[in-house]
Amino acid sequence: MVTLLLLPLVGVLLQIVVPRRNSTLAWYAALATSFCTLLLPLSWAASTLPGDINLPWIPAVGASFALQMDGAALLFSILTGLVFFLAILASPGKPATFYALHLVMLAAAYGFFLAGDALLLFLCFEAVLIPMYFLIGVWGSQNRQQAAFRFVLYTVLGSVALLLGILTLYLAHGSATGNFTFALAPLTQTALPWRGFAFTAIVLGFAVKVPMLPLHSWLPLAHTEAPTSGSVILAAILLKMGTYGLFRMAVPLLGGEAWSASATNVLLWLSAAAILYGGFAALGQTDAKRLVAYSSISHLGFCTLGLFSQNSAALSGSLLQQINHGISTSLLFFLVGFLYERRGTRDLAQFGGLAKPMPRLSLVFGIAMLGSAGLPLLNGFVGEFTILRGVFAVHPAVASFSLLGIILAAAYLLVLFQKTMLGPVTLEANRTLPDLRLREWLIVLPLLGWSIWIGISPGGHFRLLDASVAAVVKPMLAGGRP
Amino acid sequence: MIPINDLFTILPALVLSIFACALLLMRLEEAGLNVGFALAGEALTALALWRQSSYAGLAGFLGSVILDPFGIFLNAACWLAAVFTILVCAHSLAHENEQTGDFLGLVLLAQAGMTLVVSGVEIVTVFVGLETAALSFYILTGFYRARPESNEAALKYFLLGALSTGLLLYGFSLLYGLTGSTRFAAIAARLEGRDPQDPVLLLALVTLLAGLFFKVAAAPFHMWAPDAYQGAPTPVSAFLATASKVASFALLLRLCAGPLAASRSAWEPLVVAAALLSLTIGNFAALTQQSVKRLLAYSSVAHGGYILLGLVAGNRTGFEGMILYLLIYSIMTAGAFLLLASFEKDDLGQFRGLLYRQPWVAVAMLVFLVSLAGLPPTAGFFPKYQIFLSLIQTRHYVYALIGALYVAVSLYYYFRIAREMILEPETPLADVPSPMGWRAAVGVASILTLALGINPQPALDWARGALR
Repeated sequence: MVTLLLLPLVGVLLQIVVPRRNSTLAWYAALATSFCTLLLPLSWAASTLPGDINLPWIPAVGASFALQMDGAALLFSILTGLVFFLAILASPGKPATFYALHLVMLAAAYGFFLAGDALLLFLCFEAVLIPMYFLIGVWGSQNRQQAAFRFVLYTVLGSVALLLGILTLYLAHGSATGNFTFALAPLTQTALPWRGFAFTAIVLGFAVKVPMLPLHSWLPLAHTEAPTSGSVILAAILLKMGTYGLFRMAVPLLGGEAWSASATNVLLWLSAAAILYGGFAALGQTDAKRLVAYSSISHLGFCTLGLFSQNSAALSGSLLQQINHGISTSLLFFLVGFLYERRGTRDLAQFGGLAKPMPRLSLVFGIAMLGSAGLPLLNGFVGEFTILRGVFAVHPAVASFSLLGIILAAAYLLVLFQKTMLGPVTLEANRTLPDLRLREWLIVLPLLGWSIWIGISPGGHFRLLDASVAAVVKPMLAGGRP
Repeated sequence: MIPINDLFTILPALVLSIFACALLLMRLEEAGLNVGFALAGEALTALALWRQSSYAGLAGFLGSVILDPFGIFLNAACWLAAVFTILVCAHSLAHENEQTGDFLGLVLLAQAGMTLVVSGVEIVTVFVGLETAALSFYILTGFYRARPESNEAALKYFLLGALSTGLLLYGFSLLYGLTGSTRFAAIAARLEGRDPQDPVLLLALVTLLAGLFFKVAAAPFHMWAPDAYQGAPTPVSAFLATASKVASFALLLRLCAGPLAASRSAWEPLVVAAALLSLTIGNFAALTQQSVKRLLAYSSVAHGGYILLGLVAGNRTGFEGMILYLLIYSIMTAGAFLLLASFEKDDLGQFRGLLYRQPWVAVAMLVFLVSLAGLPPTAGFFPKYQIFLSLIQTRHYVYALIGALYVAVSLYYYFRIAREMILEPETPLADVPSPMGWRAAVGVASILTLALGINPQPALDWARGALR
């Protein structure tokens, strides 16, 4: 697994060696590196999962370089590898720095999803920040400075809370057991004093990244201003760091203690509010990227809903929905990016009737849209259905509220599709747009394939996720109760 | 006849003074020769420090100077800052037509003074060291004779410095009057049973701390720092902001952990106030600065606040955090200031579009900025973490929270520089010159900053060993 982290860094070195101005070579090198890193988790998926790794890192404080692999980590690594590969594939002709930033983020993302040590997890969580700042700040559109800055400021404020939470757990565990360690499993699974405080701090830290409702205002701006690959990575990977972090660090802290019922209550209602708010806000957008960005808030509301329901079905569903969101949203962002490359605008009013000049692109767009909206036989349905079924069992009121979100999703996505693809061609410029090119097919096909695969037969994915969820749920129900 | 053991305890100071005098007297014309000679002196100093490290516990001159891992650790931090300064100064001095030999002689002399401050455990020794360093710094600050701002900075620094020296000396004399000894150990023993609220002791404490806060540029005695750092030749700013601060903190730590430990209840509120004020003033004043040097100066005041918070915590983790902070701070702040040394002017606009012109310089600056802000995976994260950890351990939750929140504020001004670097310039700016020495210093500092961020274990082990 260490190879997984080292390969992208070797790729960064390659980018340094590549002669300047030769961006094609840099692009090939970046593609090759990201493709190689994708092969590793794929090969594990085909055979067996590798064993855990635990190397001393900072023994003085009890931090170790621990990587662990389970079903959830495997799926997220595959998603990471795939999305980064496609994002690089979608951005040819950029300077070597651009690719180097991607590869640094790739290494950090792998590190985050595999980390078995809270300090390592925190380090990787922070390490994506600076590359993303430059990705948005240098290669973004008009408002990029403000967007990049707001992104960094919000995330760092969150990180401060996260660090506080991690330190609380660390000290509580150390003084209770005498063993000062940052290893995730003992920190999250021992019944400790101060758990409620740590939970709050950790949730605050990750909630900024997810983003959960009152902390979301950096997201639409960052998504809109980022270059296509930046938006894709932001939506598919960086936001997942928030939800995945909650799954690894916050959810196991929940248990029978008094505070956990009220805390989850608040968080469930916040998630439901995010689902509706994101949906309504998306309905009102005229910028295609902004629309997809708000839809992200709504979809991630479902993910957090599943996370905090303390129900193993909903938890599995939530993890699957995170993968789904990664697939569907990156597909939508890629497609919006293709349109932007052709027309230089994302304003919905500038499109219309695109199905005539580009039938294939609009077909793919339609499938992506339906997958995101949660149509049965596509990926979104499986995740949302499982989450809602689980939440209904424990909290019917929240679940019925959230159901409205599905209707809203159908509404805003159909509006997006209708305004861009259907109707007569209103503008001359749209009449002669070229259809999907080979490279663009290569980008959309893997995502489409995965989306349909999950939609038709999600069983394999659930088998992978269930083991990870069981590991979290069991101590949650057993260890938390006094 | 002075026993050889005594001389061995001040060996680094001896080597440095000999090389300093030689540099001042030889008057070599060739700048490269001077730099080489000074570096040879530093190499011998490093050797001396290394030899000393295996004789921990050895005391010289009737217990005036002591060899301990603590002193050697902080001397090493000063040494690093001095070497970086020596590597960079030649180009800046040639640009101003000033003598390299004199400059380097003064740098070595200042460092010699500082080694005495760091390893001295007797009032007069320490004071002599402090003044040797301070006098050299006054001259170094005004070294660009043709530049009015350099002269102004030197005068301001000198006047305020003289005031602080007076305060410090007053405190020292009161301490001597109270205990009848100038040795820290004897003072500690005699202050043991004394009531911490004793007015004379209180007066001694207040004057001592005021003098030391001045030296470490902690608010409210920080006023000189932005002016001096901005007006001084940039290599001097780097040296002054790092080595001088390290040495003064060493003295502060030795006093607070030794003679003044018994009266902790009396000085703790003062240190808390200075720490919080430094954090507040440093961070908020840095927000609006247009000059990068002034911005770094205020940020250095804020860093002083963090280091003082470690003293507030006062446990083992806190002290470890403080000296680790001093080492890392020296590397990153020296790096950032020295990077500036190649710039013609020091306003923010000079950084505009740097990423496109000289990506490597921009990357190095970014590493320093991220580290100064305290974000992982750079070295700046770990000492801050240690300080916060120590505050939480000693139940100073509020201070930990305040310190953590100021990280976000500091991020804003550090990223103003980062932001300039990625903006497209309106008028193309010329490349900054990158002479060999400058490249070596900035390169090594940035690599160290990054490497110690990814694997802080060696530095941490060393700091831990230094407190044993």
